[in-house]
Amino acid sequence: MELEFKNLSKKEYDVTLIAPISLKLKPGIFNTILGPTLSGKTTLLRLMAGLDKPTSGEIWHKNINVTNIPVQKRNVAMVYQQFINYPSMTVFENIASPLRVKRIPENEIKLRVQKVAELLKISPLLKRRPSELSGGQQQRTAIARALTKEAELVLLDEPLANLDYKLREELREELPRLFEETGATVVYTTTEPAEALLLGGYSATLHEGRITQFGPTQSVYKDPKSLIAAKTFSDPPLNTVKVEKKSEGIYLDGGVHWKTTKYLKVPNGDYILGFRAHHLKLSLTKADDLKLSGKVLVTELSGSESFVHLQSNENNWVVHAHGIYNFQQDEKIEMYLSLSNCYIFDAEGIRVYDE
Amino acid sequence: MAEVRLQHIRHSYNANAGEKTEYALQKIDMVWEDGGAYALLGPSGCGKSTLLNIVSGLLHPTEGNVLFNNEDVTSTTTDQRNIAQIFQFPVVYDTMSVHDNLAFPLRNRKMGHAEIEHRVNTVAEMLDLTELLDQRASGLSADGKQKISLGRGLVRSDVNIMMFDEPLTVIDPHLKWQLRTKLKQLHRQVGFTMVYVTHDQIEALTFAEKVAVMFEGEVVQFGTPEELFLKPNHTFVGHFIGSPGMNFLPCELDSGFPVFAGNQIKLAAPITKLNSYKKIELGVRPEFVKLDTKGFPVNITRIDDVGRYRIVKAECSGHNFNVYVPEDIEIPSENLRLSFDPLYTHVYCDGWLHDERKSA
Repeated sequence: MELEFKNLSKKEYDVTLIAPISLKLKPGIFNTILGPTLSGKTTLLRLMAGLDKPTSGEIWHKNINVTNIPVQKRNVAMVYQQFINYPSMTVFENIASPLRVKRIPENEIKLRVQKVAELLKISPLLKRRPSELSGGQQQRTAIARALTKEAELVLLDEPLANLDYKLREELREELPRLFEETGATVVYTTTEPAEALLLGGYSATLHEGRITQFGPTQSVYKDPKSLIAAKTFSDPPLNTVKVEKKSEGIYLDGGVHWKTTKYLKVPNGDYILGFRAHHLKLSLTKADDLKLSGKVLVTELSGSESFVHLQSNENNWVVHAHGIYNFQQDEKIEMYLSLSNCYIFDAEGIRVYDE
Repeated sequence: MAEVRLQHIRHSYNANAGEKTEYALQKIDMVWEDGGAYALLGPSGCGKSTLLNIVSGLLHPTEGNVLFNNEDVTSTTTDQRNIAQIFQFPVVYDTMSVHDNLAFPLRNRKMGHAEIEHRVNTVAEMLDLTELLDQRASGLSADGKQKISLGRGLVRSDVNIMMFDEPLTVIDPHLKWQLRTKLKQLHRQVGFTMVYVTHDQIEALTFAEKVAVMFEGEVVQFGTPEELFLKPNHTFVGHFIGSPGMNFLPCELDSGFPVFAGNQIKLAAPITKLNSYKKIELGVRPEFVKLDTKGFPVNITRIDDVGRYRIVKAECSGHNFNVYVPEDIEIPSENLRLSFDPLYTHVYCDGWLHDERKSA
């Protein structure tokens, strides 16, 4: 029951909104599309749903071309960032609405609504109207409706973005499990790397209407194939610095360098080194760590962690450290970086490997 | 700039409120020192916006007083209080240039041309808006517009307090970092008293020197980010701060130490004085639970890999809890045992932290 997108693209007035995308999504697996606002997430979801017609490309479902089948006839459910429910209906009727359309018998409707309400912990609210619910409860109702529809494709467009931090945490944990059981193909969009990691499954990084990488979430995170994919999947932002690769090692500006035989087969020349904020350490962890220095711009403490924003030569970096480091503005600090925690990209932003 | 003092503030939207539950704010006593950076943190409905509106003068509290520099302003109007407020959605005059947006509050105050130019340029410089001064505000992105809202407060010298109501909600994660850092630097530069209202713990904790955690109309703790993390005063603070929050386990007391599922748990000091209570719980953050060959046995039910660290979901006698395991530490596949760091393991009685010094 694979869902396949073949060269799907969307243009409007010569502006490319979605560059040709080819993806195969497996059923029962959570797929996350990770990208900043305006990267094309919603446009892509609308194409997947069949709400908008693609400029080119095809959508295949269970080996049938469904590109020209209208959305009403496809078994698709969508949940939006803004909670959308029927305001005049009770929570029960909201959840039951797709079943009524399908003319399911009354007693079965009752059973299915109750089961889904139970899963989403809104059973006591079934008689209320949406206006009498909190934001989290309204979104649970919308999700319950998507679940009860038993759609084969469920599209969730930043469904937790308008919820409180803690509610988000709770629902984020429940969502993959809820949909896993239904066997539906789920596509979920988010702007937050941490959310993609917590949801697990597969992830695609989206940048200016292009999918830059797709695969199991952990491997996209740990093994980004390009600078853009690495940047999209880093929060705090990816730290970068220009480096020169020579035969005897890798040199940063200012002459500090790793003496290394790694990347031996990579041609000498200019590259970009990228590393995540938590890999820039405030103490030595490995003997061959490179010692760097910088000037503190501002320190943010979160109670258990520190975000140290600093300037090292011409580069602005962030250190994300566990523990409290209350550095003062303009304080000089030393940092340590292991080459094994770094990614190297060529001038085009394509990752080069040590092989 | 001002010191803000909130004295016995209570508020109900119901004029004839009698029941405690009818009060959106139960009883608030707090002092915001002149030039400090503060945050009000809590879930929707906790009363943080009500409190903000009382400070800004949009609401008159049912009981209590608001003092600016020891002067009672409870009955004054919003414009008499000289407050700069930045909202969730940027408020800009779309048809005006960035420059005129920034100059607007000063022109209203009939300030001289030269002085206006000087201030607008200084503030534009601080906010990296210099290049955009001649552009129309309508063409700017969300973060650019939010900088203008901020700038209109910064140009004024008569601001008593600057208040932010969820200012980063509409900003992209990557830009959030920049704007948040900027805000922090600006606070240092201008020294205004600033109050930041949010439900996002990271924003509150990183911005503020002291955070008031609000729950059901009460401030359950007013402390530094470190205090809120290391020693939550209430189970709500433990739960709300941290991601995931603090673990709470039911326990009994035996010779001054809590016993959980037959295992005696060590504390920094034994409990000798205890008030009467209904419910007693052990609280320990996932960060202070350690994989330990000498600890008590648990089953792993799930491991979430967040990249930088993993969250191990462990189970013991039907109770679930989270364990924080850094990237470079291996998780044994069987015979997992855990221990709690005694320094940061606390006992909660009916929701409140048991404090030996304060107890009867």
